[in-house]
Amino acid sequence: MLELRDVHKTFNIGTINEKKALNGVDLKLEEGDFVTVIGGNGAGKSTVLNAIAGVWPIDNGTILIDGENVTGLPEHKRASFLGRVFQDPMTGTTATMEIQENLALAARRGQRRGLKWGITKREKMQFHELLAKLDLGLEDRMTSKVGLLSGGQRQAITLLMATLKRPRILLLDEHTAALDPKTAAKVLALSDQIIEENHLTAMMVTHNMRDAIVHGNRLIMMNEGKIILDIRGEEKKKITVEDLLRKFEEISGEEFANDKALLG
Amino acid sequence: MVTIIPVLGALDPLALVRALPGNVSQGMIWGIMSIGVYLTFKILNFADLTVDGTMATGGAVAVMLILAGYHPVVAVIMACIAGMVAGFITGILHTVFGIPDILAGILTQIALYSVNLNITGGKANQAVSVDQFDLIVSLRYITSTIVVTAILTALIIAILYWFFGTEMGFTIRATGCNPNMSRAQGINTSVAKVIALIFSNGLVGLAGGLLAQYQGNCDVNMGRGAIVIGLASVIIGEVLGEAIFGNRLNFCGRLLFVVFGSIIYYIVISFVVWLGLPSIDMKLFSAIVVAIFLAVPYLKGKTKNSYRRAAKGGVR
Ligand SMILES: Nc1ncnc2c1ncn2[C@@H]1O[C@H](COP(=O)(O)OP(=O)(O)OP(=O)(O)O)[C@@H](O)[C@H]1O
Ligand SMILES: [Mg+2]
Repeated sequence: MLELRDVHKTFNIGTINEKKALNGVDLKLEEGDFVTVIGGNGAGKSTVLNAIAGVWPIDNGTILIDGENVTGLPEHKRASFLGRVFQDPMTGTTATMEIQENLALAARRGQRRGLKWGITKREKMQFHELLAKLDLGLEDRMTSKVGLLSGGQRQAITLLMATLKRPRILLLDEHTAALDPKTAAKVLALSDQIIEENHLTAMMVTHNMRDAIVHGNRLIMMNEGKIILDIRGEEKKKITVEDLLRKFEEISGEEFANDKALLG
Repeated sequence: MVTIIPVLGALDPLALVRALPGNVSQGMIWGIMSIGVYLTFKILNFADLTVDGTMATGGAVAVMLILAGYHPVVAVIMACIAGMVAGFITGILHTVFGIPDILAGILTQIALYSVNLNITGGKANQAVSVDQFDLIVSLRYITSTIVVTAILTALIIAILYWFFGTEMGFTIRATGCNPNMSRAQGINTSVAKVIALIFSNGLVGLAGGLLAQYQGNCDVNMGRGAIVIGLASVIIGEVLGEAIFGNRLNFCGRLLFVVFGSIIYYIVISFVVWLGLPSIDMKLFSAIVVAIFLAVPYLKGKTKNSYRRAAKGGVR
């Protein structure tokens, strides 16, 4: 499925801002794995997801998706394998385009885009149905500009866009962190539902340890650019927030530097 | 007031009316150019300064081809293609070589100055007379100029309306608004930028080819300040269009209002000339007008949302 072999990434090499963000990451996802990713600020969680997505080239190591080596592919070419939702609701959609146009953009991920219509009648009907399922009333506002929507609505649409074309891997980077608790819970439930229904392989970064335990079948913890804990199945189900914090201190020898994690 | 009244009294209102058709035809030619500016400035979010050079390139190519015996229509098509090449070069400088947008445009623009002089055989100015050639537009035949440019503009707007509704058009709109998302959705944003620059400068080249025929000559300096006129048209058109139609203004309407903006710009220019502004101050005046139009939305936002106001106890 997805395999990272000894991935390294250092930002701003040779400057005073040099920062080793990934320091030998090895990870192998099985088909259908839903992995939650936790770790302190700056641990390298987002960087792992960005490395998979090809936002920039990595320094060292190999990334395989379905056995295909994608290490040398630029971001837009890897997009056909990936669905992504980001922390900032503004980043996942195009504000100046209509809801249905945004969805149409996503429906063509990985395809050549030529001089055919950017959106078809059939798609409009399909999108109407999909939006109705979200239960946010968006199906009646398909021609509204996305810029007019709330953060939660935009995040729901981004989620839909990420999975409209079945991705090999869904990458969620704290995609509920900018939402109010009620909306966050709704979007999280929606993510669960979409992942389940489509049997997707997914990685979800979260700062909420309880969410990380409750969701998915596997949990990894990162620190200083490395994966320091990788648990799954029964072991993961039984673990508590306290256990995780203790484990973190054991392995890293420091306190978990993240206040938000305790709030969950 | 006392001094102004006799001055106004000495002015001839009829002169202003007589100038109107000429303002309209000139505004319509520049309107085509301004649509090109709209594509980069508004849709792609790219400040493209190539256009000053491209306008003169279009003029030079058209005039030299006509003088060489080609049909004026062919000459205008070639002017358009020459513009496309210029846009392509700016696009490559920006996307392949990572040169910032403004600088990439300036580099092409400067290079075009030499290119244009080479096209015209080293002469700063080449005349093409409507008496000798069957020009498609000319300031001697203003009515037919207006008809021809109106048809052309309608055609251009129709093509752009279609194009921006296609998959490829969508990629350009998305790239201009959110390049990161575009790449995440598999769009090659570099290609999208280059395509938009080709389209934009193609229109500018075409307008240059028309303008040279209209004024009966091409000049290496005919594009100087074109970007300012283009921006003025885009902004005047936008302010006006939104004032009249608000959010109901669709893409076609926006493009149409860009052309109206350009016509209004030339009417205003003609008006201040009529008031007695020396022609050497024209560009200063244009720059000030555009600066004001660009600043107004920002300053308006600030009056609603400013530190000074916050310090006084906030917005009530
Ligand atoms: N594009 C970049 N340029 C420079 N430094 C970067 C870049 N992206 C990440 N970093 C640095 O790499 C380190 C890891 O960052 P990363 O964003 O992966 O952390 P994270 O685990 O996602 O943290 P958070 O919980 O705060 O989101 C940080 O020190 C960060 O400053
Ligand atoms: Mg992060």
